Amino acid sequence: MSNFIDIGSIDDIPARGARLVRTHNGDIAIFRTAADALFAVDDYLPGKAGPLSNGIQHDNKVTDPMYNWVFDLASGQALGADEGAVQTYPVKCEGGRVLLAASAVSGAVAAE
Amino acid sequence: MSQKLVIIGAGMASGRALEELIKLDPTAYDVTLFNAEPRGNYNRIMLSPVLSGDKSFDEIITHTAEWYEENGVTCRFGEKVAKVDRDRKVVIAENGDEVPYDKLMFGTGSNPFIIPLPGHDLDGVIAYRDLEDTNTMIALGEKPDAKAVVIGGGLLGLEAAAGLALRGVDVTVVHIMGHLMERQLDEAAGYLLRKALVDKGITVRCSANSKEILGEDGKVKALLLDDGTELPCDLLVMAVGIRPNTVLAKESGVMVGKGIFVDDQMITSDEDIVAVGECVEHNGAIFGLVAPLYDQAKVVAKTLVSQEATFVQKEISTKLKVTGCDLFSAGDFADGEDREDIVFRDPARGVYKRLVLKDNKILGAVMYGDTADSNWFFGLIKDGEDISEMRDTLIFGPAFQGSAPLDPMAAVAALPDDAEICGCNGISKGDIVAAINAGAHTLDAVKATSKAASSCGSCAGLVTDLLGVTLGDGFKLPEKEVVCKCTDLSHDDVRKLIIAKSLKSIPQAMQELDWKTSCGCHVCRPALNYYMVCAWPDSYEDDGKSRFINERVHANIQKDGTYSVVPRMLGGITNPKELRAIADAADKYNIPTVKVTGGQRIDLLGVKKEDLPAIWYDLGEAGMMSGQAYAKGLRTVKTCVGTDHCRFGTQDSTGLGIKIEEAMWGAWSPHKFKLAVTGCPRNCAEATCKDLGIICVDSGYQILVGGAAGLDLLEAQLLVQVPTEEEAIEISCAFYQLYREGAQYLHRPYKWIKKVGLDWVKEQVVDDLDNRKALADRFHFSQQFYQVDPWAERAKKGKDAHEFAPMADFTKVAAE
Repeated sequence: MSNFIDIGSIDDIPARGARLVRTHNGDIAIFRTAADALFAVDDYLPGKAGPLSNGIQHDNKVTDPMYNWVFDLASGQALGADEGAVQTYPVKCEGGRVLLAASAVSGAVAAE
Repeated sequence: MSQKLVIIGAGMASGRALEELIKLDPTAYDVTLFNAEPRGNYNRIMLSPVLSGDKSFDEIITHTAEWYEENGVTCRFGEKVAKVDRDRKVVIAENGDEVPYDKLMFGTGSNPFIIPLPGHDLDGVIAYRDLEDTNTMIALGEKPDAKAVVIGGGLLGLEAAAGLALRGVDVTVVHIMGHLMERQLDEAAGYLLRKALVDKGITVRCSANSKEILGEDGKVKALLLDDGTELPCDLLVMAVGIRPNTVLAKESGVMVGKGIFVDDQMITSDEDIVAVGECVEHNGAIFGLVAPLYDQAKVVAKTLVSQEATFVQKEISTKLKVTGCDLFSAGDFADGEDREDIVFRDPARGVYKRLVLKDNKILGAVMYGDTADSNWFFGLIKDGEDISEMRDTLIFGPAFQGSAPLDPMAAVAALPDDAEICGCNGISKGDIVAAINAGAHTLDAVKATSKAASSCGSCAGLVTDLLGVTLGDGFKLPEKEVVCKCTDLSHDDVRKLIIAKSLKSIPQAMQELDWKTSCGCHVCRPALNYYMVCAWPDSYEDDGKSRFINERVHANIQKDGTYSVVPRMLGGITNPKELRAIADAADKYNIPTVKVTGGQRIDLLGVKKEDLPAIWYDLGEAGMMSGQAYAKGLRTVKTCVGTDHCRFGTQDSTGLGIKIEEAMWGAWSPHKFKLAVTGCPRNCAEATCKDLGIICVDSGYQILVGGAAGLDLLEAQLLVQVPTEEEAIEISCAFYQLYREGAQYLHRPYKWIKKVGLDWVKEQVVDDLDNRKALADRFHFSQQFYQVDPWAERAKKGKDAHEFAPMADFTKVAAE
């Protein structure tokens, strides 16, 4: 679980913005909050919500652009009346580089 | 054994005195009540709602026959008192009956002052004082084409005029002074009031001197003014003031000046005779408003049961009971060298507020259009409070003082117990809270047990707030429409404060307006971003992260995550070059669907997000720019072919549509804004269901607004017809700007018009030419900064490149 992979510079993601990482398992959205926290979650909750990378961010939450579901970025859980969750992935910033868990992009998502 | 009390006059003051007396000691007196009017006590200040038809007479009766009977009052209604014999202590009725008294109360009230103009005794010349007068006016309303003149532009005269106008009477108000209600209002507020009355169809003539009342066969025919103007009328109402009715008191030898002299205990020069109400004179003052009369009533009741009480004159505030004219005035607001003014004006909403300060205290306040905070200001005046610390934000009212939470309830909660809530009945916050705590848990119950809000009712909102504050969760407040859960402010509040406090960024606004969340939510961020764009077009930097995805990437997201692309075609006109470029792009980017839209444009559906900048580049090379089909902003101007090709066309509708779209493209607004220009009333361009539609006719251009053909279906209403294209364009821009500046985010024009009223919109963009021009100028100023093609910026200058490409793509890595 300790393997991380460099996906780019922190400057590639604007504050309160999000970028996509394409994988064989689907797109992962990398969020950078106003307070510079990083989160990685699946871009879609299939059939329910997404692309979350296109939503409006506020605090550690994102509002889905299609149906206004609100997701907690840390847990991936839908908030409020909606039920569901998107997969989350470990992500961190070191020396200005954004590091995403290698398992997220490896094809076989490791069970934690 | 009970003593005998005789009361002469069953009006509001003596009626209240009687209530207070019975409350103090129901057995102290045997009461006989004389009244010249053939009825008991009714709420005289509610005659205006009776006149306007809002209430029936039965609803304003204060004391019913049953009430008098239950309380053992002997009523002699319709009987005048002929004489008071003080030596023998008897009252002699008209029919010769003698009624002995131990104590006597004068409640003879006042008589309307009738100016002794020639003709003042003609039939059809009345005052506005009692039910008979009211009924005369109501009867006039049933006559077709009836005309009335009201002399006197004070409180009573204007209420009479407004009531008559509502009854369908053609009314002219003649006022001798330069502006209306000069005793309560300054000139600016008087002007706004006049405007509101004129809008109700009332003719107002200020600085007008009446010379003579003209008659025919003993009946009034017209009023003749000094300048020779003749104002025809079937009824002439004089409402120029009142005089205390002291005739009987004087004849009986009680000391009388302007009114019946009373001391602080309401005792006249005869120690067995008291007086109360509009007939008295206390410390040189006479009284016409209800609040001090009720204070007197309390005092006189206590005096009669030998309890100590002192009548003290207080500051008086005034509110006018005319629907749609919200005004308030209190204290002293004359200009003076040692005085300073704080003035707030919002011409667009017709709001004017002025505070007159001296030595850091408020001396007087005049408000028009928004009187929500009037009680708070009135409290500051009465208490002579030092306002130096809150001077900067004083005019915005109690909700915006210091670090207090911006909760409207907090302002009410913070009021001291002795703050007067109901001015009519002199009921303080403490009284109301006591009533609530004693079990009055609804507005009606509070009215019934404390009397608050039971007279003119203008404090009902505050009483409701007090119910909320006192009962907490136990009371459900009527919902105020707040922007979202991040704030207690409404959209209107926020817009007003962004301007007033010069808030120029979203973080600043959230800080200064006490946002409850750290950076808002998907509801408030886009609203705030738009309000900033509109308020500060030249300096605000648009925050894309606060926009919905469509506006952030300038294309419409589709359900599969692809986008649709609609190039602009001014007026719906295109050409082979553009069509070839569109066809080439559709081939090159594998566009699955090409469709013609309802707004006469071509939509390319199914474009991948990462292809957007490239397709925009290609379309841009052919001269096309973003059609902004995704914007809460200007969408399309639909046109028909007009005089160019159509045999019915009356004007160049296509050309006008193109000109308007050229002027308006790129503008953001609270919601989308769609237009159409059609060349004749056959309406091929469907202008009658647009936010703004123009129908060309032979004589010019009809401009219609507020149509809708979405969730709601509404026909656009005629704003105005103008003769030239130029005016049509200016009015269109002015209307759009008025909507942009005033509507709440996500309200289409029809919703906004429903709120502010089409008449008001007409005033702003049709009648007031200066304002129309100012609106149009502000629109064009803003357009300098917003008529930039967002596609070109992204396709050619690399703006927001991060939006369109993934950060990393492991699908390709793994394939290697």
